[in-house]
Amino acid sequence: MTLPALFRRSVLAIALGASIATPAMAQERELLNSSYDIARELFSAINPEFEAWWQEEHGEEISVNQSHGGSSAQARAILQGLRADVVTFNQVTDVQVLADAGLVAEDWQQAFENNASPYYSTTAFLVRKDNPKGIESWDDLVKEDVSVVFPNPKTSGNGRYTYLAAWGFADQAFDGDEEQIQDFMRTFLANVSVFDTGGRGATTSFIERGIGDVLISFESEVNNIRSEYGSDDYEVVVPPVSILAEFPVAVVEQNAERNGTSDLARSYLEFLYREDTQRLLAGFNYRVHDETVVEEFADQFPETELFNVEDVFGSWDEAMETHFEGGALLDQLQRR
Amino acid sequence: MRRIGDAPAVKRLLIGAALVLSALFLLLPLVAIFAQAFSQGVMVFWANVSNYFTLHAIALTLGVALLTIPICLVFGVALAWLVTRFSFPGRRILQTLIDIPFAVSPVVAGLIYLLLYGRNGWIGNWLDGHDIQLMFAWPGILMVTVFVTCPFVARELIPLMQAQGSREEEAAATLGARGWTTFYRVTLPNIRWALLYGVILTNARAVGEFGAVSVVSGAIRGQTNTLPLHLEQLYQDYNAVGAFACAALLALIALLTLAAKASLEWRASRREALS
Amino acid sequence: MNQRASRFAGSTRVLPGFGLSMGISVLFISLVLLLPITGLFGQLAGLSLAEYWAIITEGRVVASYMVTIGAAAVAALVNAVFGLLLAWVLVRYEFPGKRLLDALMDLPFALPTAVAGITLATLYAGSGWMGKLLEPTGFQVAYTWVGIALAMAFTSIPFVVRTVQPVLEDLPAEVDEAAMSLGATDGVAFRRVIMPHLWPALVTGTGLAFVRSLGEFGAIIFIAGNMPYETEITALMIFVKLQEYDYAGASAIASVVLFVSLALLLAINVWQGRFVRRLHGGKG
Repeated sequence: MTLPALFRRSVLAIALGASIATPAMAQERELLNSSYDIARELFSAINPEFEAWWQEEHGEEISVNQSHGGSSAQARAILQGLRADVVTFNQVTDVQVLADAGLVAEDWQQAFENNASPYYSTTAFLVRKDNPKGIESWDDLVKEDVSVVFPNPKTSGNGRYTYLAAWGFADQAFDGDEEQIQDFMRTFLANVSVFDTGGRGATTSFIERGIGDVLISFESEVNNIRSEYGSDDYEVVVPPVSILAEFPVAVVEQNAERNGTSDLARSYLEFLYREDTQRLLAGFNYRVHDETVVEEFADQFPETELFNVEDVFGSWDEAMETHFEGGALLDQLQRR
Repeated sequence: MRRIGDAPAVKRLLIGAALVLSALFLLLPLVAIFAQAFSQGVMVFWANVSNYFTLHAIALTLGVALLTIPICLVFGVALAWLVTRFSFPGRRILQTLIDIPFAVSPVVAGLIYLLLYGRNGWIGNWLDGHDIQLMFAWPGILMVTVFVTCPFVARELIPLMQAQGSREEEAAATLGARGWTTFYRVTLPNIRWALLYGVILTNARAVGEFGAVSVVSGAIRGQTNTLPLHLEQLYQDYNAVGAFACAALLALIALLTLAAKASLEWRASRREALS
Repeated sequence: MNQRASRFAGSTRVLPGFGLSMGISVLFISLVLLLPITGLFGQLAGLSLAEYWAIITEGRVVASYMVTIGAAAVAALVNAVFGLLLAWVLVRYEFPGKRLLDALMDLPFALPTAVAGITLATLYAGSGWMGKLLEPTGFQVAYTWVGIALAMAFTSIPFVVRTVQPVLEDLPAEVDEAAMSLGATDGVAFRRVIMPHLWPALVTGTGLAFVRSLGEFGAIIFIAGNMPYETEITALMIFVKLQEYDYAGASAIASVVLFVSLALLLAINVWQGRFVRRLHGGKG
């Protein structure tokens, strides 16, 4: 489409005011996937596959649109009226918020396999070439000369996973001795040199600005960064113990019904569990459930002990309450 | 006659200091944007710019700016006319109220619109019931853009119209000219440059607004993504060149705006010199 | 006031359009500005006074006020000096590139703040052009409060230049000629003769720059480093509350910034009005 034509059309659309809610191309059915911010490339790859598959199966031309942002901000936007048909988030709490508001079915975690999490990951480290500080596990991160980069747990789900992973490790190492755990966490947090608001900001600080000895992020993300910025300059370290990061999906039923896309929405999420899609996901360095694919990619994912948020912290709600709310543990640990 | 600071040494020192500081502080960032945008050659720059999503973002951004300008223009002229031509109780308060957008952080500006017109807001709830969606669609983007940019025209006009006084209009009115005639024939020619400058500032801000728009846009690629939002997403996708290509486009719009303004001022000063 | 004007004094309503312009202005201000603000106070209504107080005086939030106000003050002061210099040079001297320099002054207004933020962070980080230059001196800009002040200064410099410039232009040549003929040196003449005319505009411009800096988010966030208690700005605290779905908390902190900014703006407006009146009174 040429620029003038595009421009004319959007001006026309605006001038007519006829298309207030409907997007420019309203003839075909559309599905809106609201997702976390680092999944843009992933779903850019999956969506055309789904569109083609649906065309083949049902002879109907559809298109899938993407909206990305911080997982919590996305949930908030849906609460305020963003008409997303499905959500693919990186935090269980953000889907739960929608369920509590009645937008998503109460039993959403049973609606799809594996707790409605078609793929998963864990937190891992990205270190500089030859790992000069010899970082292998979480206890290496509290050494005096190590400086750490990860996003702010207050603003980023990614950052929250990192915080909880470190806590879970300390919990195991100190046998649940609260005082020792808190000391560990205090040192760990003091070693952070930049708190960016999101995962990608932290990556920029680590790679482009050259700050810190280790970047902590999702395993998928650190692998992607390494292939993006050169495997010679960075190394990925997966700690022997870390947290299980689930990527929950759900149909936003209220919106889907309204948009007449309930069937599409459900198929779209089921599509994520198909073998081909799982292979695609593994290609993006996410851990998957499909056994054939797991075998194919066995070398790529080192075996680690993954613990659940529920096992260590009771539930996500409890973790949020005791650690991340205003004045809770995170604030106390950072107080000077 | 010698004026203060006319000594060659002082003059050279001050000009030198001003040029060096401006170059470091203002020009260097501008150069950096274009250097980054073209760091992988013209082809990569072009590929990023001619991408469908970028083109859509450009069209949306310009479309919103085009709608914002007339709204701000009508309001700005009306308000400036009101506070400079009449005296009434509450005039000073009215004048301060239009500064609210300067006092409100853009993110908060977006938030307050979302709280009111979002699905949970009391107006938004009613709208939702009638299947009208303002937030997360272009009308929402337009609304917050108008909020953020509405002071510019008024702020340009008020000091000028205050300084000019209302004698000419009053003379026209007592000679029997009708209201609109007075405005077209007497007021408009006097304020035309300030008006255009106000429009230029409004346009610049409307095109570049990020914080407020990011809250109400929903950032659906190819639908509600404005150019500044698109830029941020590219930056987040490790496509620094693409991000700076968008930044260069925005900077280009800024530069064109500034050039338009400079040429207006030049024409104005030439007219003054001639008359 | 000349004779022709004084004939109409007292009959201020001789001009048409009072009703129309009043109607448009009030409608617009109510719908676009005031109505949304009520949403903010609607959120606050859900808080008790004690809760409100607890939110706005929480340690980390108070630290962010300090950082924001401190950096904004530094930025405003730097801009006062730099802006005065630029305005002076642009008005008083002719030199090649003057028109270009004049146009450049509006760049920070025209450039989207996010672009400014990303660019400044790229320039001043250890790997950037300026960062490399500054590294040997050990002076770190990015990720310290200096970076915050820098970003604030960048986005608000036009306020000072564009407020001082017209006043300086309107200053009649006789003013400094008189001073110079009395034999005063440049420095003394500037301080004694020019400054009294300039400083109302200078204070206004600096005040506006300060208010603008208090609310700035996009340009700062990339270069700030965002370390709790050290380089977190108040706008970030609002953003954090939003991320936590804590609308009431966000509104509470936002209301503090809003009140402070509005009070400053009102003070500037009232003061400016007084000054204009004094000026006109003096001329009459």
